[in-house]
Amino acid sequence: MARYILRRVLLALPALFGLVLLTFVLTRVIPGDPAATLAGDSATPAQIADIRARYGLDRPIWEQALVHVKQVLTGDLGSSIFSGRPVIEEIGFRLPATLELTFFALFLATAIGIPLGVVAALNHNGPVDQLVRLISVGGLAIASFWLALMLQLVFAMEWDVLPLRGRVEVELGTPPLRTGFLLIDSLLAGRLDQFRDALWHLVLPAVTLCLPGLASIARFTRSGMLEMLQKDFVLYARAAGYGRFRLYAIYVLRNAVTVTVTQIGLLFGALISGAVAVEAIYDWPGLGTYAVQAILSADYKALLAVTLVVGVVYAAVNVLVDVVQALVDPRVAEDIR
Amino acid sequence: MSIMGEGRPVLSVENLAVHIRTDAGVARILDDVTFAVPRGGALGVVGESGCGKSTLLRAILGILPRGATVPKGAVLFEDRDILTDRAASARGRIGFIPQDPYLSLNPVFRAGDQFLEIMRRHAPGSRRDHRDTLVELFRAVQLPDPGGALAKYPHQFSGGQRQRLLIAAALACEPALVVADEPTTALDVTTQREILGLLRQLTTERGLSLLFVTHDFGVLAAVCDQVAVLYAGRVAETGPTRAVLDDPQHPYARMLLACHPDRAVDLLGIPGTVPAATAQPPGCRFHPRCPASRADCAGVPPPLLPLAAGRAVACPYHAEAMLG
Repeated sequence: MARYILRRVLLALPALFGLVLLTFVLTRVIPGDPAATLAGDSATPAQIADIRARYGLDRPIWEQALVHVKQVLTGDLGSSIFSGRPVIEEIGFRLPATLELTFFALFLATAIGIPLGVVAALNHNGPVDQLVRLISVGGLAIASFWLALMLQLVFAMEWDVLPLRGRVEVELGTPPLRTGFLLIDSLLAGRLDQFRDALWHLVLPAVTLCLPGLASIARFTRSGMLEMLQKDFVLYARAAGYGRFRLYAIYVLRNAVTVTVTQIGLLFGALISGAVAVEAIYDWPGLGTYAVQAILSADYKALLAVTLVVGVVYAAVNVLVDVVQALVDPRVAEDIR
Repeated sequence: MSIMGEGRPVLSVENLAVHIRTDAGVARILDDVTFAVPRGGALGVVGESGCGKSTLLRAILGILPRGATVPKGAVLFEDRDILTDRAASARGRIGFIPQDPYLSLNPVFRAGDQFLEIMRRHAPGSRRDHRDTLVELFRAVQLPDPGGALAKYPHQFSGGQRQRLLIAAALACEPALVVADEPTTALDVTTQREILGLLRQLTTERGLSLLFVTHDFGVLAAVCDQVAVLYAGRVAETGPTRAVLDDPQHPYARMLLACHPDRAVDLLGIPGTVPAATAQPPGCRFHPRCPASRADCAGVPPPLLPLAAGRAVACPYHAEAMLG
């Protein structure tokens, strides 16, 4: 198993290296001159050239790329050319907010989607199945910005049961940051009021964000279950007298979720990109809003750092998914060897 | 092993009919099937594909598919009708050996855990007792490393070893009856022989009754002392294996055995095909293909007529048909 994990990690490294190079090239070929943006509207050509030289932007692109890779490898992601602060510092504050949101959304999608898929498969073509089909089509079809606005309208404006935007109520303050996850930090600080506050703020953005994922998890679980229910080992288990709950909720499901687990890894990418829109609407102080600012201000240093960090998180999640898959299905780890 | 057994049979199927609703209409899969497995005896149900063997098994095991109905008949296990009165305890009392050892075990659970779950529900004693029983059974089925087998996954065993595992599992809850569904068809010939010998030995040693479903007369002769020949959902002939194989009475059984006395059921030598379950002919279901059929064979379905020496045949003209 350790060998298997090591192998998965090593396989992720070339992908990350490629990400570093590719994003660098992309940020340099897109329109927009960071030096001009930085110098301001009234700057003279000489001032712009000066800035360009200071940031090494006048060098050949391959040389810039090498310098960039070297900096990344030494852990130096540079400073935002917009705010002048080290990007790692700015990201360090915002990454946990995004991760808390995406992980919570993923948790919701899994915790609701998998049982929904199981129940649908067991009632194949029954009313629950139809409902799940409706949810899985709707969940993928509904635009998240529309859903976000509707949820805000109903739950925050009309009924006033959940907060409209933001991550915390300012009067309550935030617990001392240790993990950056407010749900955890508030519990560590023993502040249940802050925990409740963080949770309440999380609900609407997370529900908005999780819906497409929930839809595809339910769909994959349903089809996985339907496929597995045809297997001889289910018939054998029934003949041998397994209990109904254990048979379906554990014995068959564990076979059926292998596909779903892979899907969850891919889903995580969609969650992070979906978070950009959701964060913007709910005013969530995460990486998504930061990335949008960086793009608008041609802050290529910030942008490179965001893509790299997101890439690392994505790779880590997928290694985790591989490990979970090997735990679920013992044949997976052996086939790799 | 006794031929007719003492006292009441352990399992008796009485006038069992099973219908399944399909898009093409009602399939009368089983129609008036009657036979009994004597206590301590071994009965083989033999027939070609589509004769209703699997449905019969599923009725006995209580796992009839959706859409199946039982318009009449009973399956009496130890004198209780398990179709209508299935106490959970009856499960463990009927051990089941499935057809395909490669597909019948869940690939993502350890062998031990899969069987311990069955025992947890259907055998008395603690988990530790169950583990000990299983290891002892693994030893009895001559599995290499019986102690280590509990923690292995199915793919870590060969096909023959998996069938041994399944035999052990069938015995785990101290059953009175073992039901085996062609347990050797998925295995190669040498393994087949070992597994059959083992099955026979274990059931005899433990005084268990065996219901053995097969399409292979050779296997049948090696394992069973009683036989019921099934054709299109009805029992064509039943009796002691040796007597039926040596001197079949029903025209269908005779033709089958004439085709391949020691081989698998193969209808190449019999004109026509097995009727579809949704379009069974009236009267005797074999009459459209029977060389000795008469006008009244299409009338009332022939009942099983008792003959001498515990035999019965569902053909009123079996004596005349002999000549033809």
